[in-house]
Amino acid sequence: MSASCLEIQNLSAVLANGTRVLRSVSLSVAPGEVRALVGESGAGKSMIGKAVLGVLPPSIRIAEGTIRLEGTDLGALPSKARRSLIGARTALIPQDPLTALNPSRRIGPQMTDRLTKILAWESAKADKRIRQLLDEVRIREPARVLQSYPHELSGGMRQRVLIAAAFAAEPRLIVADEPTTALDVTVQKQILRLIAELQREHGTALLFVTHDLGVVAKISQQVTVLYAGKVVEEADVASLFAAPRHSYTRALMAATPRYTDPLASLRPVDDAVLAGLAAEIAQADRSWGGPHG
Amino acid sequence: MADPLFRVGGLAVALPDMTKKTLFGRAPKIEILKGLDFELPRHSVTGIVGESGSGKSTLGRALVRLIEPTDGRIEFDGRDITHLAEHELKPLRRDLQMIFQDPMSSLNPRRTIADIIAAPLKKNGMGDNLARRIAEALTKVGLPESFGRRYRHELSGGQRQRVGIARALALSPKFVLADEIVSGLDVSTQAQILALLEKLAAEMGLTVAFISHDLSVIRRLCKQVIVMRSGEIVEAGAIDALFAAPKHPYTRELIAAIPLPEIDPHWLDREPAKA
Repeated sequence: MSASCLEIQNLSAVLANGTRVLRSVSLSVAPGEVRALVGESGAGKSMIGKAVLGVLPPSIRIAEGTIRLEGTDLGALPSKARRSLIGARTALIPQDPLTALNPSRRIGPQMTDRLTKILAWESAKADKRIRQLLDEVRIREPARVLQSYPHELSGGMRQRVLIAAAFAAEPRLIVADEPTTALDVTVQKQILRLIAELQREHGTALLFVTHDLGVVAKISQQVTVLYAGKVVEEADVASLFAAPRHSYTRALMAATPRYTDPLASLRPVDDAVLAGLAAEIAQADRSWGGPHG
Repeated sequence: MADPLFRVGGLAVALPDMTKKTLFGRAPKIEILKGLDFELPRHSVTGIVGESGSGKSTLGRALVRLIEPTDGRIEFDGRDITHLAEHELKPLRRDLQMIFQDPMSSLNPRRTIADIIAAPLKKNGMGDNLARRIAEALTKVGLPESFGRRYRHELSGGQRQRVGIARALALSPKFVLADEIVSGLDVSTQAQILALLEKLAAEMGLTVAFISHDLSVIRRLCKQVIVMRSGEIVEAGAIDALFAAPKHPYTRELIAAIPLPEIDPHWLDREPAKA
C-alpha cells in the first residue's frame, strides 16, 4: 500500500458541535491514476479535497484518521513542513477560475508566483515553464494571455490557464474540484480532454471531484461514491457502471439524464433509498462514538 | 401550425454594450437577438437550448415582455404585444408567468412563503379566497400547507423551486417561462422538479418555454426544441427528429459533447470537440 500516491485512512472530520461531516473515509489514489469522488451537495467530496490540500475551514477539525502523501503521514508533520510538502507535491484545479484568480493582476505573474515564490525557482526558468505549459493547453497567443487580466479571458480560457498553472510544478497529485461545472458543455468536453491528456503525459495522480456521473464515466479509472460524508461504494469505473452494488448508486444513475434513454433516466430518488442511507449513517455514527473509543 | 400561443416574426433585440461605453458618449448597441422566426404551440413544452451568450434568456425575457424588442413582432394569443406599454400589459401579466433559475434570489427573504404566493394573486385580481388558493398551490407542488408559514431560508433548494412553481401556477397562467430552473439543483432533486413540472404542465394544459443549457433534460421534458447560437436559431423542430437526425453541425456538436453516464473509452478523443 505504500505505493499509493495518496492514501486516506479512516478519516473523520467534525464541526465544533461534534457533528461528523466526514465519516471514516478511506480511499487511495495510485500514481498516475484518476479517482473520481462523486456525490450530491453535502456529500463531503470537496471537503476531502480540502483536507488533502490542508485548507479545511477553521470550523472543521480532523478528529481521526490519516492522510498519507507518497507515504508521508501529513498529520505527523509540523505545520510548516506539512505546508511545504503539500505545496511542492500537490496542486488544485478549482471550480471557478474567476474567483481563483486575482482580478487586479495580470495572468503572467499570477502563474509564475507559485513557482518563484513558493518553490523558489528562478524567474527565467518559471517564465519558460509557464510558456511551455500554455503551449500544452493549446493557448495560441501566450504573450497576449500572460498580459491579460482575468476578466479579459473567456471561462474556458481561464480554466486552461489554471490547468497550466496546476501542472507547471510537476505535482504528484492534483485535486480537481468540479473543474468543468461552470462551463458550457462543448467547452467542458475540451477541458476534460485537456486534463486527461496532461494527466496521462505527466503521470500525475488526480482526485477528481464531481457531481456528474457522466463526467465520472469519461475521466476516471476508480470511483468513490459519497453521501453525507460517508463512502457508499467504491469500485473501478467499469464495474461501477456495469453493476452498481449500492441502491444509492443505482438511484443516482437512474436520476442522471441520459438522452439516449429519456424515459429510463431522470428518475427521482426513491424515499426508501434515502431512508436506508439515513439508517446506515445513524448506525455508523453509533459505532463510531468519537475518536479513540 | 394551427393557432399557436406565440407567433414570433423577425424578433430582434439590441441592448447597449456597456463594456464599450465611453465616459460621456452613448454605449454602442449590441445585437443580442438577430431576427428570430418561430411559434410556440399551445399546451406543449418547448425547449430552448443554447450555450452562454446564445441569447436564450433574452429571448425568454422578450416573450414575457420584460424587455421590449427593437424590431419584429410578438403575437401572444392572437394579440400583438410587441410594443405594448406597461399599463396595457398589466391585464396580460397573469398569463405570462415566470419561474427563475435561482429561487434563493427570486424569493423575498422577509416574507413568508404564503405571502410570496399571495402577492401576485392580489396584484392580478385573484385576492379572494386567498388562504384556499395558497393551500391549493402548495398542495399542487407537493408541499404541506404548513410550509406557508415558513421563510425561504428554512427550505431546501428543491423546496424553494417548488415554491417558485407554486407562485407561478397559482395564477393558472396560459404561459410559463421556465429559465434554467433545475441547473442549480442536485441530480436527484432535479429529477423530482422535472417530474413535477411535467405532471403539472400536462394536468393544467400549460404552454411552457423551458430554457436550458442541457439538451438531455430537454429531451426528457419537451415536445419540440429551438437550438440557439449567437442570437440566431440554428435549428428547430420536434425533439425526436432532432435527436434522430440533427441537421446543423452545431446541434451535432452539442449532442456529442454531452457526457453520457456510461463507459466509452474513445469519447474524449472523438470529434467534434474543438481543442
